Amino acid sequence: MELVLSLGIGVLAGSGVWLLLRPRTFQVIIGLALLSYAVNLFIFSTGGLRSGSPAILEPGEVGTIAEYADPLPQALVLTAIVIGFATTALLLVVLLAARGLTGTDHVDGRERER
Amino acid sequence: MPDSVLLLTLIVLPFVASIGAGLLPTGARDTASALAGAVALIGLGMVWAAYPAISEGTVLRAEFAWMPSLGLNFVLRMDGFAWLFCGLITGIGALVVLYARYYMSSEDPVPRFFAFLLAFMGAMTGVVISGNLIQLAFFWELTSLFSFLLIGYWHHLAAARDGARMALTITATGGLSLFAGILVLGHIVGSYDLDAVLAAGDRIREHALYLPALLLIVLGALTKSAQFPFHFWLPHAMAAPTPVSAYLHSATLVKAGVFLLARLWPAMAGTDAWTWTVGLAGLITMLIGAYIAIFQNDLKGLLAYSTISHLGLITLLLGLKSELALVAAIFHIINHAAFKCSLFMAAGIIDHETGTRDIRRLSGLNQSMPFTARLAMVAAAAMAGVPLLNGFLSKEMFFAEALSAEAPVSTLLNILPIAAMTASAFSVAYSLRFIHGAFFGPEATDLPRKPHEPATWMRFPVEILVLTCIVVGVLPAATVGPFLSLAVHSVLGNHVPYYSLAVWHGFNLPLLMSVVAMVAGILLYLLLQRRLRSDVEGPPVIWRLEGQRIFERVMVFVSWRLARRLEAVLGTRRLQPQLRLLVGIAILAGATAAWWRGFGPGNLPPSPVDPVLLLIWVVGGACSLGAAWLAKFHRLAALILVGGAGLVVCITFVWFSAPDLALTQLTVEVVTTVLLLLGLRWLPKRVQLPGERGPEVLSRTRRLRDLALATGAGLGMAALAYATMTRTPPDLLARHFLARAYTEGGGTNVVNVILVDFRGFDTLGEIFVVAAVALTTYALLRRFRPAQDSVEIPEQQRDQAATDANEAGRAEPGRVADWLLVPFTLTRLLFPVMLIVAMYLLLRGHDLPGGGFSAGMVVAIAIILQYMIGGTEWTEDRLRLRPQLWVGAGLLLAAGTGLAAWLFGRPFMTSYFAYGELPIIGKVPMASALIFDIGVFALVVGATLLMLVALAHQSVRAHRAAPRRAATEAGDD
Repeated sequence: MELVLSLGIGVLAGSGVWLLLRPRTFQVIIGLALLSYAVNLFIFSTGGLRSGSPAILEPGEVGTIAEYADPLPQALVLTAIVIGFATTALLLVVLLAARGLTGTDHVDGRERER
Repeated sequence: MPDSVLLLTLIVLPFVASIGAGLLPTGARDTASALAGAVALIGLGMVWAAYPAISEGTVLRAEFAWMPSLGLNFVLRMDGFAWLFCGLITGIGALVVLYARYYMSSEDPVPRFFAFLLAFMGAMTGVVISGNLIQLAFFWELTSLFSFLLIGYWHHLAAARDGARMALTITATGGLSLFAGILVLGHIVGSYDLDAVLAAGDRIREHALYLPALLLIVLGALTKSAQFPFHFWLPHAMAAPTPVSAYLHSATLVKAGVFLLARLWPAMAGTDAWTWTVGLAGLITMLIGAYIAIFQNDLKGLLAYSTISHLGLITLLLGLKSELALVAAIFHIINHAAFKCSLFMAAGIIDHETGTRDIRRLSGLNQSMPFTARLAMVAAAAMAGVPLLNGFLSKEMFFAEALSAEAPVSTLLNILPIAAMTASAFSVAYSLRFIHGAFFGPEATDLPRKPHEPATWMRFPVEILVLTCIVVGVLPAATVGPFLSLAVHSVLGNHVPYYSLAVWHGFNLPLLMSVVAMVAGILLYLLLQRRLRSDVEGPPVIWRLEGQRIFERVMVFVSWRLARRLEAVLGTRRLQPQLRLLVGIAILAGATAAWWRGFGPGNLPPSPVDPVLLLIWVVGGACSLGAAWLAKFHRLAALILVGGAGLVVCITFVWFSAPDLALTQLTVEVVTTVLLLLGLRWLPKRVQLPGERGPEVLSRTRRLRDLALATGAGLGMAALAYATMTRTPPDLLARHFLARAYTEGGGTNVVNVILVDFRGFDTLGEIFVVAAVALTTYALLRRFRPAQDSVEIPEQQRDQAATDANEAGRAEPGRVADWLLVPFTLTRLLFPVMLIVAMYLLLRGHDLPGGGFSAGMVVAIAIILQYMIGGTEWTEDRLRLRPQLWVGAGLLLAAGTGLAAWLFGRPFMTSYFAYGELPIIGKVPMASALIFDIGVFALVVGATLLMLVALAHQSVRAHRAAPRRAATEAGDD
């Protein structure tokens, strides 16, 4: 299962990087979204892959790592998801404003001279 | 009065008053000067109040915790030497304030002037009573800063701006060097406390790092005291108003350098290196300054170079290996402050009353302003070292030292007396020029203003200072004696040599030298008459030695040419090469680490592959690749595919026991998609024409390179992820959180407890970021101007409008309800249900999957759905949203919950929890973390809506006129 997930992360990251290097703003936004999926999954996976481990404690209980999922990467990723949304929104608006000002959706604000 | 109150008042009062003066209206000249005068007088009173304790040899100390973790305390320490300087700062400060009241024109923004002056007073006091070297460096830089502001006070004048910039560049750079030197010194001693440093003199001098520390500190002191080769900033600082020149550039600021040298004298002096650096710089400065001063045509320029020269004298004295020389240096600091300050004030009076400071134009002022003339003559005589005035005494001491000092090489010993006499002769010559040029000769007729005596109170400070010069000169032991002795004792401790402050020491060699210098000076002045009357600027022989020109050249090179060249060589304005570089470096760094330390799968056996998840990931991978493929020409399709990939990620979270993540990911996914959909509208059309030729060769190679980079990055990530996943994860923190989530955080949902309790501060920071982003997008969109080709209404909407117009019975406002009837009804029905779901998620968040983030997102989605189906106008008619209020309330609630812990005497963000019994609902958690989570919830709702609604409004805003146009066009058809 680890192999499947790592390959998945690899594909997401590869597509993300490819789009990041493209000249159009929309491609960059999509690329960042894909890249953030990959990174979030990677951080999440550092806690180990456990299916079926409870994530919620029994009331009054002191949890142990043997029976419960690792909460720390989860907390980190949860934060990352929200921040990722915020930055995507900011980037989108900045790029839209740039397109309005420069008349092009090239990342440099002008078309490449040929 | 307790020491701490006294010291603290001395240092804090000027800063407080500075802010007060800064808040006064522009025209409040009298109020501002009264405030500044009162502060200076209170300071002087404090200094006087400290005298009884100081005179017994006590060192006043006050210590406050500053950065205890680093062993740094805010220490105020006043011994005799610091006391003397405090007296100079406050006493001369009071006189300068009085003078400035009459000097400054009522058209200038005088309160600002006094605000800067007071702040400078505070900073300078800080320098002299700092008991901690880091703190001293801090105040040191503050003095540079306020000196900059004061020089540039008349910022409409180019000379003032240039002079201020130059002074700041030189002295602040020196300050940085001083700071570095202090760090080295602190490293040697093991403490930054002044007492510890002063006590460790032998250890410092023998340490291997002594020389670097010495050079760095001396560099700081020399730049501040305008010593060669950094002297050139001082004459340019004369663009400042004259009270500033009198106060900062003769009596206080420039004395900071020599103050520091004297302060560290017991710890650092006494080596050959010290004499070579400090002594040599002083010697050269003394001679060059005096020489150039003779040839200055500007009264203030003459005084500036004379100041440089006298500071050189003090520096030279400090550089000699002799305790007596130190006594002479401190004595001269006092004397110089008195006569130079009064001379600057006199020059300012002349400038004020005649409108010029040019010695060649001025003449015969003795007739029109006889009192001022007498005062200036006495002060200039003191500067020249005429007997029965204070300058004579310290000069005699200097001559005696020049004859008896030890020096590393004997030639220096032979040079010293001659150099001393030469400088003294120059000093006589320029003093003569000042007096003779301005006050004697025929009365000038072509002055800009008709000269007359200044206001009585404007002359009063000069009178006081000149009186001091005379009294000290006649009765030194009775007047300045005790103060000098205090200062000397506090620097030298028990090693104070015998010195005599008598006026008459009998016929001896120093007296002879004085006479020779005096005569030589008079002769020199007579000989130079023709040259001085000519129009030639600057001194003969060394006029090329313009430090300023070198400075300008360096500045132009560093800040313009070098920067431009570096930018041309290394910079690019294009994003893609930068990103390529970034990705390339990241891949390289990862590969290097793997190659270096070895790389391979870990110890854990791989878990069995589940065919369902495998299939899901095949879809996920395909979505991801498809999005990458289609993002250029088929944006909508790419967006849908990204959503697909997001869903796969979401399922993965569920699969591997992370319900909270899945929930958040799902809701964020929806909002992000809506957001991007809204953005699509404003991007240019890009259509792939069927017959279009493929990309050019160049572009194709670029793509191949990018493909290689992307593949590399993907493979690298995959390998890294695999290696990580097959290793036993570290569980130290996880164990800690799992064990305490319920027992100390009161919640069973560990992830949520981490977010709102254990790491609540991080979450607080995060929501502030989200709020900032939302407000930024809102602000950006308020000024949004769409590109020309995006302005008109989209094709689909036009078609729909045309159809509607042609069909009878379609009312315009109900259009959406008309053609999207089923979803329209459904979303309206769903709205309350979604809100209840959100509340449920929020309230149970502490114990079950949910929490403020996902609940907030659900509410935002519910509202956005109404927008999408009902249309902006329909929704806003029925729902009054105030996203900014939600954002503000959320931040206040979250931060307030954190602050509330202070009320109970706990650290910021301490949480409290209990379980309460409510009727019907039953047992509910009542943790303060829940209130925090509600804050997070409100913020997420507000921020998300703010962004989405602002973006959605663009369509309405940009087309307010468009529908009408479309309707008329449709009607024409």
